Amino acid sequence: MTLSKDEILRYSRHLIVPEVGMEGQLKLKAAKVLLVGTGGLGAPLGLYLAAAGIGRIGLVDFDVVDFTNLQRQVIHFTKDVGRPKIDSAAEKMQALNPNVEIVKHEVALSSENALDILKDYDLVVDGTDNFPTRYLVNDACVLLGKPNVYGSIFRFEGQATIFAYEGGPCYRCLYPEPPPPGLVPSCAEGGVLGILPGTIGLIQATETVKLILGIGEPLVGRLLLYDALAMRFRELKLRKNPECPVCGEHRTITRLIDYHQFCGVPQQPPKQESKLTESEIEVTEVKEKLDRGDKFVLIDVREPHEYQICNIPAAKLIPLGEVGKRLGELDPEADIVIHCKSGMRSARACGILRAAGFKHVRNMKGGILAWSDQVDPSVPKY
Amino acid sequence: MAKILIPTPLRQFTAKQDSVTVPGATVGEVLAALTTEYPDLRKQIFTEEGKLRSFVNVYLNDEDIRYIGKDAAPAADGDTLSLVPSIAGGTH
Ligand SMILES: [Zn+2]
Repeated sequence: MTLSKDEILRYSRHLIVPEVGMEGQLKLKAAKVLLVGTGGLGAPLGLYLAAAGIGRIGLVDFDVVDFTNLQRQVIHFTKDVGRPKIDSAAEKMQALNPNVEIVKHEVALSSENALDILKDYDLVVDGTDNFPTRYLVNDACVLLGKPNVYGSIFRFEGQATIFAYEGGPCYRCLYPEPPPPGLVPSCAEGGVLGILPGTIGLIQATETVKLILGIGEPLVGRLLLYDALAMRFRELKLRKNPECPVCGEHRTITRLIDYHQFCGVPQQPPKQESKLTESEIEVTEVKEKLDRGDKFVLIDVREPHEYQICNIPAAKLIPLGEVGKRLGELDPEADIVIHCKSGMRSARACGILRAAGFKHVRNMKGGILAWSDQVDPSVPKY
Repeated sequence: MAKILIPTPLRQFTAKQDSVTVPGATVGEVLAALTTEYPDLRKQIFTEEGKLRSFVNVYLNDEDIRYIGKDAAPAADGDTLSLVPSIAGGTH
């Protein structure tokens, strides 16, 4: 393998660094990296890995670009909204560096296809940042013996490390099980500072390039924590857990499992047109109740900063976290309708009220997003 | 007496504070004091049986308490305890 005259010019700032040099650039060119996800973390990863001259970059994604992605997924542009992310990302990476080979895997990574897709790559970078894919990528990397460059983000905080590197710790050594849905705020409720995935994604990109070049100290056995607000990095020791179910001495997981079931996340999100249950109420019926002047209480269990974005003026704001403490403000005999953004948090609030003996509690199906779709289009969606 | 760093997802249970200082001579005592002061936090980090949940790790300075004696690990003045839950900011 050699570099062309064009490539020598393109990579000249690498070639004149002794730690990289021609030998290092050829290692990059010979490398095969699988990038899972082209979202927040995957966007900067894709761009920099292509720019660095990684010879073959596999992309896994089956999502479509939407407007809410553009605040942070810098590989996708406004004109790409509605396009498959994998096409949008591959196009930018190829335009940035025509010398790299982009392989598109336009599928949802699953227990059925993961080993087959991963086996042809030297290392895997997980840019998906969701629990089912994270455990899937982790287990597949442990089983195949491939390093897994990990990153995760939440609002202003990030984590990064390398798992499954030469027998080092894996994600299950750190967290044997995912949180049950509902206990930790989910992505959509959580939100993220748009710049944050840039920082964490580039830490992953840095570690990827270092691993390929074989230089420096890899981020192995150390969990890097980043707090953007304090602008502080901390490092915690990450040990291999001898009792780890996938990489420990008495491993119980020797092949891939059903990760959606393991994480308690249904594979197919409940469809909008699913049948209304007895404990739910359609947004159109809530509108009719308001118009008729029915006696009932409408409660919004979102956070105050969400209420500021949009609201239904008749609704009383009681954030989900305060519902338990503020039951005294409500009449257990009253007709109560609860809403949130899309219906998840209000379902939980309904459960809290019913458990406290409230008799007539219903969840407004689809939340304020459905209200915007079906009742009042002037209400902005977020 | 130890300082406990509270990560973003759990701050809603500690009156929005990013760190809390509570008394205790061991990790177990410090965590007990913390969840007594902020009872809503208890359900988040402990199971009904009082075991640490498997997606929340506790570090005494930079050591995972699972490897240094768990609850019994001594917590001296000036030590920092970190709660580090698993996070996932992406969509499914
Ligand atoms: Zn492990």
